[in-house]
Amino acid sequence: MDPNSLKRTRMRYRSERRFKLYCAMALVLAGVFLVIFFADIISKGYPAFWQAQIKVDVSYTQDVKELPFLAVGEDVSELISRSWFRQLPRKLNEHPELIGTTRSKWVLADGAVDQYLKDKPNGLDKEQKNLVDRLRNQDRTKLAFNTYFFTQGDSKLPESSGIFSAAVGTVYVMIVTMAFSLPTGVLTAIYLEEFARDNWLTRAIEVNINNLAAIPSILYGLLGLAIFINYVGIPRSSALAGGLTLGLMSLPVIIISSRAALRAVPDSIREAAFGVGASRWQVVSHHVLPMSLPGILTGSIIALAQAMGETAPLLLVGMMAFIPEAPSGFTDAATVMPAQIYTWSSAALRPYAERTAAAILVLLAVLILLNLTAVFLRKRYERTW
Amino acid sequence: MTLEYILLLFFAGLIPLAYAAFFLGRRMAEADLERGYRLNSPPSFYGWYVIVWMFLPAIAVSAVFAILHMAGILSVPLPVVLVGFLALFAGGGGLALRHVRASLRARKIVEDVIRWLLFIATCISIFTTVGIVLSVVFEAVKFFNMVSLWEFLTGTTWSPGSAFLEGAGRGAEQTSQAEFGSVPIFAGTFMITFIAMCVALPVGLFSAIFMSEYAGRNLRGVAKPALEVLAGIPTVVYGFFAAITVSPFVVTVAESLGLDAAYTNALSPGIVMGIMIIPFISSLSDDVISSIPQSLREGSFALGTTRSETIKSVVLPAAFPGIVSAFLLGVSRALGETMIVVMAAGLRPNLTWNPLEGMTTVTVRIVDALTGDLAFDSAETLSAFALGLTLLVVTLMLNIVSSIVIRRFKQQYEM
Repeated sequence: MDPNSLKRTRMRYRSERRFKLYCAMALVLAGVFLVIFFADIISKGYPAFWQAQIKVDVSYTQDVKELPFLAVGEDVSELISRSWFRQLPRKLNEHPELIGTTRSKWVLADGAVDQYLKDKPNGLDKEQKNLVDRLRNQDRTKLAFNTYFFTQGDSKLPESSGIFSAAVGTVYVMIVTMAFSLPTGVLTAIYLEEFARDNWLTRAIEVNINNLAAIPSILYGLLGLAIFINYVGIPRSSALAGGLTLGLMSLPVIIISSRAALRAVPDSIREAAFGVGASRWQVVSHHVLPMSLPGILTGSIIALAQAMGETAPLLLVGMMAFIPEAPSGFTDAATVMPAQIYTWSSAALRPYAERTAAAILVLLAVLILLNLTAVFLRKRYERTW
Repeated sequence: MTLEYILLLFFAGLIPLAYAAFFLGRRMAEADLERGYRLNSPPSFYGWYVIVWMFLPAIAVSAVFAILHMAGILSVPLPVVLVGFLALFAGGGGLALRHVRASLRARKIVEDVIRWLLFIATCISIFTTVGIVLSVVFEAVKFFNMVSLWEFLTGTTWSPGSAFLEGAGRGAEQTSQAEFGSVPIFAGTFMITFIAMCVALPVGLFSAIFMSEYAGRNLRGVAKPALEVLAGIPTVVYGFFAAITVSPFVVTVAESLGLDAAYTNALSPGIVMGIMIIPFISSLSDDVISSIPQSLREGSFALGTTRSETIKSVVLPAAFPGIVSAFLLGVSRALGETMIVVMAAGLRPNLTWNPLEGMTTVTVRIVDALTGDLAFDSAETLSAFALGLTLLVVTLMLNIVSSIVIRRFKQQYEM
């Protein structure tokens, strides 16, 4: 071999290694994004699951009904959440026997105290900081598990705001979405796969469904606003309006995945059923549909997860309102988890950022669970013919 | 009478009734069978026949009334409609039960009804498209009655200013003329899309090449789901990440380089949007690259090329149309993406080449115009629909071009 070509071969091998390195780096980069992202959200959100409490002597007197602030010492009263004071008069009305007693209790601390105890920027002045330090040295402060976050609705006070009403809203919206899009989507898929003749109308519908799947979600919001709210008159920010909008949005996803599941059933099964005299609907309902059910279910769960994380169209139908109480019906004003995340993330108060990340963690946990279920279903029931 | 009541009536009252009627119909057919007649259809189809006649006329008539009510032509009080519904329900069921006899072609009739139901369900997707187009076009036309199309497409200042006062009937008070020139908004949109594609295309494409050409089965089994996790993250979460983490980081880096950056700079939503689009590009390109026939690669290897030379001069040129289509789909995603830009990009339209300045996008303007407390027929509110129309047209065009390209590609390799 002459030295020149040897040199060239070496160069070509070097460039080969370089190219492979570039490709590997791209994949590593994507992985790094993923790791940074999760590390960032978890480190921001984790503290919100722990909330500051202060131990104080609560003296229940008759005056507390009018002026709840009198229940605790003047010095610590500004370190305690106003939401705790607010529920005092009601509690005294329900339990009149408490009046005249004094008890030592752990009570919810103000959001600023909470942030101070977590070493984050806060709005406490020097005197208050000293007081909190003194309480901390006496073991009268603690970070307890934040049950408020899961049992309370939204609130103007960060320390007592939670995701409960948003979670209930999400459940309502998802019920509407699935009640609409699951039957409609599966029926459409059955029609297109099993009944429709191959003519221009069918082809037009297919093209149309593929295009619908690629339309930006915000345009579904415009549709919901113009048609469901302004034309049909469904109440603004209700679970019904949001659910129908999301239902239309997830329809193409369900149709496309259901069609794929139906198509995976081999024709020999249909022919065998036709051969013993079954009608078309009997073939579908007795044989094809049960066989493709796992696939349809998997696609629907993925569509559900997608709809659950969607925000933009819901903002346009008004689902970003301040909702402290969980909705009790499909036409009540409601908010959903992603919308709650959005409203909290734009709130000015510092402690909300922590809650936003915590709400994100809860949402991501639910979505990952749903996707894992879908993967499990696919693995467990997948059949190759 | 609320929705919940009607649902309760439906499920607690009508469904058990229909269930009973189904058994009655089936039983009558079976009785005929026992008497020695030859049934036309399997017995349960007679039961379904009865159910069809119970629900179909009742629901059809109620739907007509509902549509008339919504169109404002005729308004019948709800109790009357409900009573009519129940009467048709009972009447239809009774009539159908009288028809049940062995010679009735129940299966054919039920089957035809099912076929129609399936067709109606299919039409809903058409109605959705028509609904989107109509709702956007209708309001956009109103907008273009106030602002000329030419001014909208070529104007370089977007300042709705006091346009909302016109909606309140106080148009004369306004001092500054409202202007709706959308060029700065489109410029911002394209800038952010461009940044996003600069991140997503190389990373996505090179990961796809690595996964389909270099990686072994095990690595592929880990990397592919990991990328799919990126695709499953809700956009509002990406938005939070862009606004809280990436923006301050970009500002710090820019300051250390002696540059001036706004917290609403276009760079951070662009980068995060790029991360969001990586899985789309990589999974589409992966499909395309995997579908290139192995014989092409083997032919190239036989000539003594290295793997990367084969990729660069055989695989990628063959996969080029598919990659273009993936790119176009990615662009259409980026143009329509809302939450990331709403949370991390600016509100103020800004015509500039500097990605460190704040700029706004089409979707931000739409959300901003429609979530405030504005009158629905003010020019600013309607401008959202005009912007929505442009977004619809552009994304549809991108999708159509991309699907034509991919179809040509598939024909070529008979996928």
